[in-house]
Amino acid sequence: MEERNLICTACPMGCRLVVKMEGDQVLQIAGNRCRRGESFGRQEAIAPQRMVASTVRVLNGFHPLLPVYTKGTVPKKKIAEVLAEIRKVQIAAPVANKTVIIKNILGTGVDVVASRDMPAKA
Amino acid sequence: MLAKNIYDVVVIGSGPGGVAAAIAAKQAGADDVLVIERDVEPGGILVQCIHNGFGLTSLKEDLPGPGYAQYYLDQAKALGVEFLLDTMVLDVTSQRKLYLSSQEHGYVDLEARALVMAMGCRERTRAQIRIPGMRPNGVFTAGTAQRWVNVEGWMPGKKFVILGSGDIGMIMARRLTYEGAKVERVLEIQSYLSGLTRNYVQCLQDYDIPLQLNYTIKRIMGKNRVEAIEAVQVDQRWNFVPGTEEIIPCDTLLLSVGLIPENELSRKAGVILDPVTGGPFVDETFQTNVPGVFAAGNVVHVYDLVDWVTEAGFGAGKGAAKFALAQKAAEQRYTPVKAGRNVRYVVPHKLDKQTLEQEEVHLQMRVTKPIEEDVWIEVHGENNSIVRRSERYVRPGEMVTVVLRPAHYAEVCKAGTLTIDIYPKSEA
Repeated sequence: MEERNLICTACPMGCRLVVKMEGDQVLQIAGNRCRRGESFGRQEAIAPQRMVASTVRVLNGFHPLLPVYTKGTVPKKKIAEVLAEIRKVQIAAPVANKTVIIKNILGTGVDVVASRDMPAKA
Repeated sequence: MLAKNIYDVVVIGSGPGGVAAAIAAKQAGADDVLVIERDVEPGGILVQCIHNGFGLTSLKEDLPGPGYAQYYLDQAKALGVEFLLDTMVLDVTSQRKLYLSSQEHGYVDLEARALVMAMGCRERTRAQIRIPGMRPNGVFTAGTAQRWVNVEGWMPGKKFVILGSGDIGMIMARRLTYEGAKVERVLEIQSYLSGLTRNYVQCLQDYDIPLQLNYTIKRIMGKNRVEAIEAVQVDQRWNFVPGTEEIIPCDTLLLSVGLIPENELSRKAGVILDPVTGGPFVDETFQTNVPGVFAAGNVVHVYDLVDWVTEAGFGAGKGAAKFALAQKAAEQRYTPVKAGRNVRYVVPHKLDKQTLEQEEVHLQMRVTKPIEEDVWIEVHGENNSIVRRSERYVRPGEMVTVVLRPAHYAEVCKAGTLTIDIYPKSEA
């Protein structure tokens, strides 16, 4: 049996988790103060997931960049690929908050959406 | 000019604290609420905080900074909060008079029945932490770098060292890595992390960026541009430990070494600051020592989470609205008394109608020039004559008195302003 020490990032409390594992099987999670910590620990021990936030280029926008983020978490090991996909995008202003910029990025089932309204240049 | 020159609640700053205050003020019954922002768009620092993690407590949603800001901005606009952008507040008095310089409206002065200070913080710079060495280009605060990378679209460097383990510094370490830069090291002079543990995990650990506790910068090297920094370990009293020096080549140094509440305007208004927080002393409604002047958010003390800033803003806005409404009720009890034709001044300048209901009130005045014939002395409202009496002459050297009695109460109540005219009967 293996014991892994993790820090929960589900919320800003940063609980210290102790995850007991047998191979790829999670046997027990301790140290969490809520149920989200339980599911975070389970996921983090097997296949860590993260939300990703970055920017895309905007044509004729109030700012040259539009902030975007993944609406849900994507596998941590795909972050570099996700960023590469996001970097390819260029979009024309105006853009509304939550507009889908990339649908189902890399087949993760997660959309990349706009983080704000981006009006066109005045 | 602005449409109004007096507002129930004026908020200085459109970050999360200010916008929450404006929302709460509207909801608590304030009619005219104005938010003044020096930037060309509202939102404050959240605009550049494109990472997620905002709103977990207040909105039960994991939002990026701009999205969190927009949620509350949309709400404020729907409630009819007015925004004055691209406008600098030059001065504020303890009587809540504001003097502004606005791109669109030019020089403006206005009055607030209640005022909410929501100017946020400034970052500590190299000057505040006194790093020795050369003064080359390439030393920036983490927040400045964040604005460039996330909003304006250019990279401040390629190879970074970050001093300080504040949240913005750690978040920028990840962000710069995303954009292809190399973050060599994060140095923290204290023996513990100064930001959130979750940011250590998801910003540094995830990308193998080394954090060194009990380390600081001994000197900055490079003539025109940063070429390296010399890191050194410190003991418990922050003295350099000889022999632990390490030269780390880099082209950019970011500082994430704390924030200072920005209270220059508060001071001008006579607000007393707590030397520990750098923010005003406040009561539970976030009212400062100056009646009617409230403070919201990071201008009071540095918060760890924006959710608490929003909550504090709601508290301050509610307090401000309550104060403003009481102020307005008091104003409505009074009727201003104005000098009209041939009257130089009148005392009192305003009249409490509740007093007049009970007892008589003497209005005393002097004329601007002698009139050596029969005159009328008349007190009137906009559409009604309240008292008229005659005098055989008036002279500036001799004071004139008019008596208002409880019998006049009903007529006085119909008037917004009382005006006194003195004129020859021949002209009547």
